[in-house]
Amino acid sequence: MDLILTPNLQKADDAYAALLAAHDGLTKAQSDALNARLILILINHIGDPQVLTQALEAAKPRA
Amino acid sequence: MNKIFELPLYPYARHADQDAATPARRRVVVIGAGPVGLAAAIDLGMQGIEVVVIDDNDKVSFGSRAICFAKRTLEIADRLGLGAPLVEKGVQWNVGKVFFDTRKVYEFNLLPEDGHRRPAFINLQQYYIEDHLVARLRALEAEGAPVSIRGGSRVSAIEDHADHVALTVSTPEGPYVLEADWVIACDGANSPTRQAMGLDFVGRVFEDNFLIADVIMDAEFPTERWFWFDPPFNRGQSALLHKQPDGVWRIDLQLGWDIDKDHEKKPENVIPRLKAMLGDDVDFSLEWVSIYTFQCRRMEKFRHNRVIFAGDSAHQVSPFGARGANSGLQDVDNLCWKLALVIKGAAPDSLLDSYDAERIHGADENILNSSRSTDFITPKSEISRVFRDAVLDLSEHHAFARPLVNSGRLSMPCRYDTSGLNGVDALPGGPDRTRPGAPCPDAPVGNGFLLDHLRQGFTLLGLNTDVADVNAGGIAARALPLRASGALVQRYLGGAESAVYLIRPDQHVAARWAAFDATAVRAALRRATGQA
Repeated sequence: MDLILTPNLQKADDAYAALLAAHDGLTKAQSDALNARLILILINHIGDPQVLTQALEAAKPRA
Repeated sequence: MNKIFELPLYPYARHADQDAATPARRRVVVIGAGPVGLAAAIDLGMQGIEVVVIDDNDKVSFGSRAICFAKRTLEIADRLGLGAPLVEKGVQWNVGKVFFDTRKVYEFNLLPEDGHRRPAFINLQQYYIEDHLVARLRALEAEGAPVSIRGGSRVSAIEDHADHVALTVSTPEGPYVLEADWVIACDGANSPTRQAMGLDFVGRVFEDNFLIADVIMDAEFPTERWFWFDPPFNRGQSALLHKQPDGVWRIDLQLGWDIDKDHEKKPENVIPRLKAMLGDDVDFSLEWVSIYTFQCRRMEKFRHNRVIFAGDSAHQVSPFGARGANSGLQDVDNLCWKLALVIKGAAPDSLLDSYDAERIHGADENILNSSRSTDFITPKSEISRVFRDAVLDLSEHHAFARPLVNSGRLSMPCRYDTSGLNGVDALPGGPDRTRPGAPCPDAPVGNGFLLDHLRQGFTLLGLNTDVADVNAGGIAARALPLRASGALVQRYLGGAESAVYLIRPDQHVAARWAAFDATAVRAALRRATGQA
C-alpha cells in the first residue's frame, strides 16, 4: 500500500479544529507529550512499515 | 563477605616450560580464565585438544558482574558437562515488571515453552559460573584430558610467526617464552592482547554511569525482574532490582554522565540511595559496589591468523538484555568444534573464517539490540525523552504500546541465516524455527531430551525415516533415528511426514531434507566443515 498524499479527509476544517482543540489549555510540554502519544497511536494504526517509511520521508524538512 | 572471592583456585606454580632450553610449543593457549576462556578450554579439552589457560589472577571474579544466563548458555553448559549444578544453584524467574514514576505500567512473562530441559533464564553470580567451570576443568584434567591452568601468569608480549604464535609470559619468578599453534584471547573488554596487537575496537560510547550494588537482605520482593523509569527515588534516571542466590539482590541505579565516581562509590553515599529505594525499615548489607560505563563496539575481525578473539575482547555491549557473557559462550560454542577439526587436520583452516562471519553476525545483532535498549533507557535528546515517556504512558492503558517498552531485549540464540556453512533447506512444510542456521530447539525424547543426543560431533537426525552414518573426508555424522511425537513433530516436522536433519556439533542445523540421501548429506557435511 502507498501513503495517501491526496486529500483524504471528509471534513478537513473539522479535523484541523479537533487537532487544535485537543491542545487547548496545555503547556508546551503537555502539548509535546500529546503529539508524541498521537503519533505513536497513529503509526500503530497504520502498521504497514512501507507507509510509515513514506510518511517519514514526506514529513522531512525540505532543503 | 563471601569467601569465594578470596580463595585462590589456581595459584601460581612453577611449570617445567619455564625451564625449557627451547620454548615449549602447546596446541592452544587460552588467555584469560573468565567464563569464556574457561569454557573454551573445557570444550577443546573434551575433544582431546591440548589447552593451557593463562591468567594473571588466581581467583574468581570479584562481585556478581554477569548475572543473567539464558537457556542457550545452559544448553551449552550441559554439553560441557556442568549444566545441572548451575541450574540447581541459580534463581529461576519468568516475570518482569516495568514501573514509570510511581505506577506499574507493564508486566511481562517469559512464558517458557514446555518441552525444554532448561528454563528461559537463571540468575547466578559470575563467580559461581567461574567456580563451576574451574571445577569442571580440574575434573577433566584429573581424568587425563590435556587441559591445565596457570595462574599468576600474564602474557606481556605476543608475536605472530605465521605458523605459530610466541608469547612472553610474566610470572612472579620472571618471564618465559611459550609457543602456541593457536591462541584464543578471552581477556575481556580491555583485552591486553588486542591492545598489544594494535587492533581496532570501534563503536559507540554511551555517556552514562550506572551504580551497581550487590545487597544482602531478607526482603519481601518476589523473584521477578523489576525495572523503573524515572522513579521518585532516582529522579530522571532508571533502576533495576533482580534476585540472585544466597539472599543477594542486584541493584542497578543510573547516575547520569557528569558524576564523581569515587565519591558515588563510597558506602556513605551509596547507602542513602539504597534506603530511598528499599525503604528505611529494610535491613541490608552491601556485598559489592561498582560503577560502570559501557560502549557498544566490536573488532572488525575476530580472527587474526592464529590469534582468535572471543567474548568481550572481541565485542562489547550494554548490559541491557544479558547479551555479554551469553554471547561469549555462543562464541565458544561456535569456535571450538571448528578449531578442533582444523587442529586434527580434518578441515582446512579456512573453516575458522566462518567463526568470524557467524559470530560477527551475532555481535552485530547484540549491539543493535542493546544500543536500542540503551537509547530507550537513556534518551539522548529532549524529543527522544518525550517519545519514550509517551510510550510508557500509553503502555499502562493500551496493549499496542507494550512491545515498544524497551528495558532490555533478552538474549536469544543467534541464527546463522546467511552462513556459508549452511546447506539446502529441502524440507517442504518444515518449521521456520529449525531452518538451516538455526539453533536446535530442545524437545522431550524418551525419558530425556533431544539435546542430550546432540553432544558429540555431527548428528544426522532421522525423524520417521531411516538414516545411516555418513562420512566426508574423515568427518562423521552419526545417525540418530527417532520416531517423532509431540514437541518433536511441532518443532522439526511441521507439515512434513518425515525429516532428515544434519546438525552441527554446536547444535545448529546445517541442512535438512524430507528423506535420507547419503550423497546429499555428504555434500552438506563437506560444506558445513569448509571442505567445499
